[in-house]
Amino acid sequence: MSDMNTQMADRYKNNFLKEIEEQAEMGEWVKMCMQCGLCSGSCPTNFHTGWDHPPQEIFMLIRAGKREEVLNAQGMYMCTSCYNCYVRCPRKVPVTHVMHGIAEYAYRIGRAPKNQPSMHLSKTFWTNATKNGRVNEVQLTQSLYFKDGIGAGIKKAMEMQSVALGLVKAGRLNLLEAVGIAHKCKDVKGIHAMLAKAEELEAKNKAAKAGTTGKE
Amino acid sequence: MTSVVATNQTILVVGGGISGMTAALEAAETGKQVVLVEKNPYLGGRTVQLYRYFPKMCHPTCGLEINLRRLKANPRIQVLTMAEVTGITGDKGAYNISVKLKPRYVNENCTACGECGKAVKTEIDDAFNYNLGKIKAAYLPSSMAFPQRYVIDASIVGGACGAAAKAACKYGAVDLDMQEETVTLNAGAIVWATGWQPYDASKIVYYGYGRFKNVISNVEFERLADPHGPTGGKILRPSDGKEARNVAFIQCAGSRDENHLRHCSRFCCMGSLKQTHYVQEAFGDAGKSTIYYIDIRAIDRFEDFYQKVKANPNVNFVKSKVARITEDKDGNPVCNGVNVEGYKRYAQAHDLVVLALGMEPSVKGVQIPAEVMSDSSGFIMADPANAGIFGAGCATNALDVNRAVQSATAAALRAIQVVNKVARAEA
Repeated sequence: MSDMNTQMADRYKNNFLKEIEEQAEMGEWVKMCMQCGLCSGSCPTNFHTGWDHPPQEIFMLIRAGKREEVLNAQGMYMCTSCYNCYVRCPRKVPVTHVMHGIAEYAYRIGRAPKNQPSMHLSKTFWTNATKNGRVNEVQLTQSLYFKDGIGAGIKKAMEMQSVALGLVKAGRLNLLEAVGIAHKCKDVKGIHAMLAKAEELEAKNKAAKAGTTGKE
Repeated sequence: MTSVVATNQTILVVGGGISGMTAALEAAETGKQVVLVEKNPYLGGRTVQLYRYFPKMCHPTCGLEINLRRLKANPRIQVLTMAEVTGITGDKGAYNISVKLKPRYVNENCTACGECGKAVKTEIDDAFNYNLGKIKAAYLPSSMAFPQRYVIDASIVGGACGAAAKAACKYGAVDLDMQEETVTLNAGAIVWATGWQPYDASKIVYYGYGRFKNVISNVEFERLADPHGPTGGKILRPSDGKEARNVAFIQCAGSRDENHLRHCSRFCCMGSLKQTHYVQEAFGDAGKSTIYYIDIRAIDRFEDFYQKVKANPNVNFVKSKVARITEDKDGNPVCNGVNVEGYKRYAQAHDLVVLALGMEPSVKGVQIPAEVMSDSSGFIMADPANAGIFGAGCATNALDVNRAVQSATAAALRAIQVVNKVARAEA
């Protein structure tokens, strides 16, 4: 995957803005930013230590061609999708989507940090939800609790015990999901076929963008 | 009944602010008959509500004085106050206009002696001072109001206060039987100069205007600084009447924002730069101003003014659009955001926050009772298909006083051309 990184760096040489515009989803909005700072000021995670570069700084770094700084940044993984920035942006820049677009691009070219928690959640959730067309809540929480090892997982599970029991009593949680007996959507095959087609189209699209295949 | 003398060679000017007055005077001074219609009981519009002008820091009273003198000396202008245009029919050269006149309950016998005001107990919101205080229900709108006649608020007519006002008047000027009336008149051309209003600050939810007493608007700050204002010219904050020595100005409050006003309102940067002078003058070196901005747009030839304010060590510039205002335990408004120069988070408490509100047309294009073309903000645009109605001043664009006057003169010239054609056809 790091080949992909070098390949892209070579292809766009000193034009990181163009790279983001063409490769990252919603990247074409980066040039619309007028650096007012309303997005960063409105961000609920801006007190977090991991928040090294706020959104409008990432926009400015992209425009200044600071490829390494942006791809090493943590800011875009911190997004909780609260959409405060998106609804307030005076230029109607979809800041939330741009952040996710950059994070996804960094992941695609192998530059995302290993074991990044929000990325771990995204991947786990996706695998879990697409398997049966519905989320298996027990397995999802398990895989998140035990992410940092068995000890930490058990500790967390004990902490949340009363919440889980409450959910079971209210009929909102089925413990049989733990062994894979989970609720499914009506047409699992249909969902899988649809997702496979979507994946195929997206792969084709991305390959075309990356200039590897599908180029006329 | 009010009688209006108007023909197809008359020019109707709608709006008696600085633009409308200018258009009316320019046209009348070339010999045209003009009817000037104003919604308020006085002329001068938002200009008379300013404390000072930029860039010379002179008082609007001076320029208005000249205009009022020109007006009084000119027999060709008929002024209708408390009047609103409700309908326009016809076409270029032959418009038929209906105007609704609200009763003032005071006739031209009034000498502005003030006895009715003393007799009346009821108080109403002081609209001239943006409701920052209360006034008696029989009032003179401002010290230099034209016409210099009292107004009796409709709320006291028929009550004991109304009767007291009538009894107090030695000149028989109070007429409580006045009724609302509608007059119709002809005109060959119309100048639409209904001006602007500040953007509704409560729509910018994260600034807490209306929730926090010490978050006020730029137009309200003008009234606080004015010796004729509700505080007698002392810059006192609304919550506790404490001197506001540390004032924050938030630029682009509503302007340049797709969620609010799409346009740059042009005057607000200069407005805030001007208002830092008020703080400096009131408190000297103890008066501190902070301007939070995206970028300073000192339009036209005003860069020099900006540089001078920038050189003042008591004025601090922060390049950031404030994201949120909160209030600390002492009732001080706190500006929260991220500074673009260094990308550092800040939470800065001030005594008072002034929102540099943008300008929107007070009558939007679609609300005008005639076919006019307007842009997405409601400002009137030039339309070749509609050759008899001309926008002037802030009804056409976000302008400062200087540019509004230029725009009004241009509109007057266009209107004059229309009535000249009518005159030739009728001769």
